[in-house]
Amino acid sequence: MIALLTRDLRLALRAGGGFGLGLAFFLILAVLVPLGVGPAPATLAVIAPGILWVGALLACLLSLDRIFALDFEDGSLDLLATAPVPLEAVVSIKALAHWLTTGLPLVLISPVMGLLLFLPAEAYLWLILSLGLGTPALSVIGTFGAALTVGLKRGGLLLSLLVLPLYIPTLVFGAEVVGRGAQGLSIGTPLALLAGITFGAVALLPFASAHVLRINLR
Amino acid sequence: MASFWEYANPLKFMRTTDWLLPVVAVAAVVLTTVGLVWGFFFTPDDFRQGSTVKIVFLHVPAAMMAINAWVMMLIASLIWLIRRHHVSALAAKAAAPIGVTMTLIGLITGAIWGQPMWGTWWAWDPRLTSFLILFLFYLGYIALWAAIEDPDTGADLTAVLCLVGSVFALLSRYAAIFWNQGLHQGASLSLAPGTRMDWAYKAPLYICMVGFGLIFVALVLAGTRTEIRARRMKALVLRERMA
Repeated sequence: MIALLTRDLRLALRAGGGFGLGLAFFLILAVLVPLGVGPAPATLAVIAPGILWVGALLACLLSLDRIFALDFEDGSLDLLATAPVPLEAVVSIKALAHWLTTGLPLVLISPVMGLLLFLPAEAYLWLILSLGLGTPALSVIGTFGAALTVGLKRGGLLLSLLVLPLYIPTLVFGAEVVGRGAQGLSIGTPLALLAGITFGAVALLPFASAHVLRINLR
Repeated sequence: MASFWEYANPLKFMRTTDWLLPVVAVAAVVLTTVGLVWGFFFTPDDFRQGSTVKIVFLHVPAAMMAINAWVMMLIASLIWLIRRHHVSALAAKAAAPIGVTMTLIGLITGAIWGQPMWGTWWAWDPRLTSFLILFLFYLGYIALWAAIEDPDTGADLTAVLCLVGSVFALLSRYAAIFWNQGLHQGASLSLAPGTRMDWAYKAPLYICMVGFGLIFVALVLAGTRTEIRARRMKALVLRERMA
């Protein structure tokens, strides 16, 4: 399993692996929004929490179809399915690799993006915390979507159509944490709910993803 | 008494719906017509809302069926996943376009009513938001059915999507309630004492709700029959080719 993780990470990091694609997208979004909305710090500060969360969500979405597509094409997914490791574990590792190459860099770079969008100083801690807690859910839910559409020729657009509604609760609670943090309100409830979604998704969704993957591979 | 599971046999299902479908369809048309005509022309105007109140006779039954159609798809998906009855998967497939239409009717009639009453076509109210989200879930479900060629794979994948989607749709509903306080009034009908609606409105509304329910049943039966026939035709074409 660790071998699988390092293999996926290596594939993502080397040329053509798509690592940094999400990061670049996130950066471009943070540059484009002030250009579109106007440079007034007061306006930007209000919308910054939402923009940062939507940006993180879309950046995750960008790289989802890579989770299984390449392995499906060259047949290594069939080998993984017949390997002694349970498919549920393979799916979880795939989601973890996706998070390490997409979610984690986003979390680390998010303070810089907050700076570009004049995020209020009190909200930085909550931004990092909520993204750190919420992006694993995005990866796990996205893995389910990728497993659903793995065999399809034009799966990309369908994948976004399927995954985006599933992202709604994570987005609502995640952005709420940052928004409330920015106003100095208490963030306990949305943070707990966000954590609940993440842990629930991490615990249960790999079973659904593995089941769907088996259907697609038969 | 015949068991419900007998209708998992497509032949039995087709034979029963041969006579059941016209009965349900006629009842649906009659009840909906009576309910709507009664509701639109023979009820008094509300003293505050005027005649706009009468859109309730479309809005509430459509909204009710939008949710019930999803619940029916969820149950049919579970039956397909557990007992592998093809009729069940096909019924779920047939229900989705009707559900999405009902959702759209609910959203559009709500907007038409909201414009004079709330002064806005749209508000990010929990109920409205939940319905928009439900609409997106329907779209994803239908798109997945349309994208997959093999019918059994399609049935399996959409069934799992329906289960996972139901959980997330519920989560989204409560997220929306948490996220914004609402403009939408509470339930128009409730079993609790002291309900606010007069019988002059309630009677035609109930008739409309039953009528919409029957419309849904009739359309699902017709859709399922179409799917079964389409499969039979495909099997016949394949047999021709093999021969």
